[in-house]
Amino acid sequence: MAGHASLLKTMGRHPMLAQLTVIALFFLIWELAARFVVDKMFLSPPSRVYGEIGRVFSTKGVNDALLITMYELGIAFLIAVVIGMSIGLAIGLSGFARRSFMPIVLLLYGTPQITILPLFILYFGIGPPSKIAFGVTHGMFPIMLTIIAGVQNLKPILLTSARSMGASRWHILRYVIFPHMIPSFFAGMRLGMTGVLLGVLLAELYVSTAGIGHFTTMFTQNFDPTRLLGLISVLAAMAIALNEIVRRAEIHFSKWRT
Amino acid sequence: MSGPVQGQQKATAAERLVARCVQLAFLLILLGLWYAGTNHWGINQLLLPKPQHVAAELIDILRSGEFWPDLLLTLSELAAAFAISMSLGLTIGFMVSRSPVLVKIFEPLIAGLYAVPIILFLPLYVLFFGLGPASKIALGATISFFPVVLNTIAGFVSVDKLYVTAARSMGASNAAMLRYVLIPGALPVILTGLRMGFIVALLSIIGSETIASLAGLGHRIVHLAEAMDMARMFAYIVFVIAIAAVLNAFVTWLESRGRRT
Repeated sequence: MAGHASLLKTMGRHPMLAQLTVIALFFLIWELAARFVVDKMFLSPPSRVYGEIGRVFSTKGVNDALLITMYELGIAFLIAVVIGMSIGLAIGLSGFARRSFMPIVLLLYGTPQITILPLFILYFGIGPPSKIAFGVTHGMFPIMLTIIAGVQNLKPILLTSARSMGASRWHILRYVIFPHMIPSFFAGMRLGMTGVLLGVLLAELYVSTAGIGHFTTMFTQNFDPTRLLGLISVLAAMAIALNEIVRRAEIHFSKWRT
Repeated sequence: MSGPVQGQQKATAAERLVARCVQLAFLLILLGLWYAGTNHWGINQLLLPKPQHVAAELIDILRSGEFWPDLLLTLSELAAAFAISMSLGLTIGFMVSRSPVLVKIFEPLIAGLYAVPIILFLPLYVLFFGLGPASKIALGATISFFPVVLNTIAGFVSVDKLYVTAARSMGASNAAMLRYVLIPGALPVILTGLRMGFIVALLSIIGSETIASLAGLGHRIVHLAEAMDMARMFAYIVFVIAIAAVLNAFVTWLESRGRRT
């Protein structure tokens, strides 16, 4: 019991070290399980997945599919930010618009969009447009709602004092509203990025005749866990990198407030 | 999720009435455009079916009861997935929350994993568990595990230390502490996690049925889309959205009931 307590204490002083140990243990168990327990038709040890990651990239078409996915994510995110921002500001800044359209936005946000994924493919085809469109509809609502909530949190006294000192509408927007919107803008971007990733990847996986979905289906049907895990790891790394960029930006641009 | 936004000043009754009218008008215009577009302006039936056909198909689906096998399959997948994520999430969450050190180690790890779009595991689960219900249950359980475990940790950590100390000094046993101090204190946050977990489990199960499956509501929609049976497909979409709304309302009601006691 004493040893247990002192071990906990040491771990508490170095949480990073403990986390790395947990991660290393996870990979060790995975490695041992894949080598000695699980059929190699289903699971590959991480050492092999990492060692043969080159085989994923050298599969004909995988590079293009990854680049196209990257491109879809970027474009979808941009469109989602522009739409989410403008509608969010339009709804948030006017009491009338908020009362009228907020319930509609919440209703749309609450409907399970996955049910209409086949429609997107039907309307926009199996290429990038359908995936971009699906990513946009997933990303724009969180951005919109965060922006609306951000506008709500503006202190009325700031607006009133700016107006009483003779600021024009543009001045109020530029010098009062925008600086105060920056934290919620970036919080919205982070949530929007999560949504865009989900939407684009869902659509990519759904279309099994082209893009990422084609390769995941192919690797699954060929019982090739090495390449499947490799491809999934690359996509996961992409997602983590994008999330991290947006999160860093949020921290960086929200600093002035504190 | 941000709750309903509070107005800076209370809206008057007249303003609220206007808002309701605008909402009603919005829906009517949407329906009107749909009707006019498909009946008079010649929008292709393969792109957008006529609303009256969709309504007829919906009535047919409900009357014939052909939705039952798919609905029951999806709901049983949901029940299994949620049972797994709830028991694992609550247990692991409680155990981690018992020590500040464990919280410091595991909370960032779990939250970091949650940032990965877990839908990426679906191909892997299909490889492990096949195209049947098992892969859907696994995905639903994985995705809904995260909100449950994170909120369980947050809930137990948020219990006021003063109550714990007071109960301890008055001689509460471990069981009494759990029953009368920890659980009541943590419950609101945990219930929110359970509700969120339930909803994402539902969405991810319908999603994985859409992507790769043999049966279920999501599969039915894809099947009809591939058969270009648009009116029936729209009817099923309406049906699934209604089911999701009913389940959502039900768990929200459960959550608010649980909070009161």
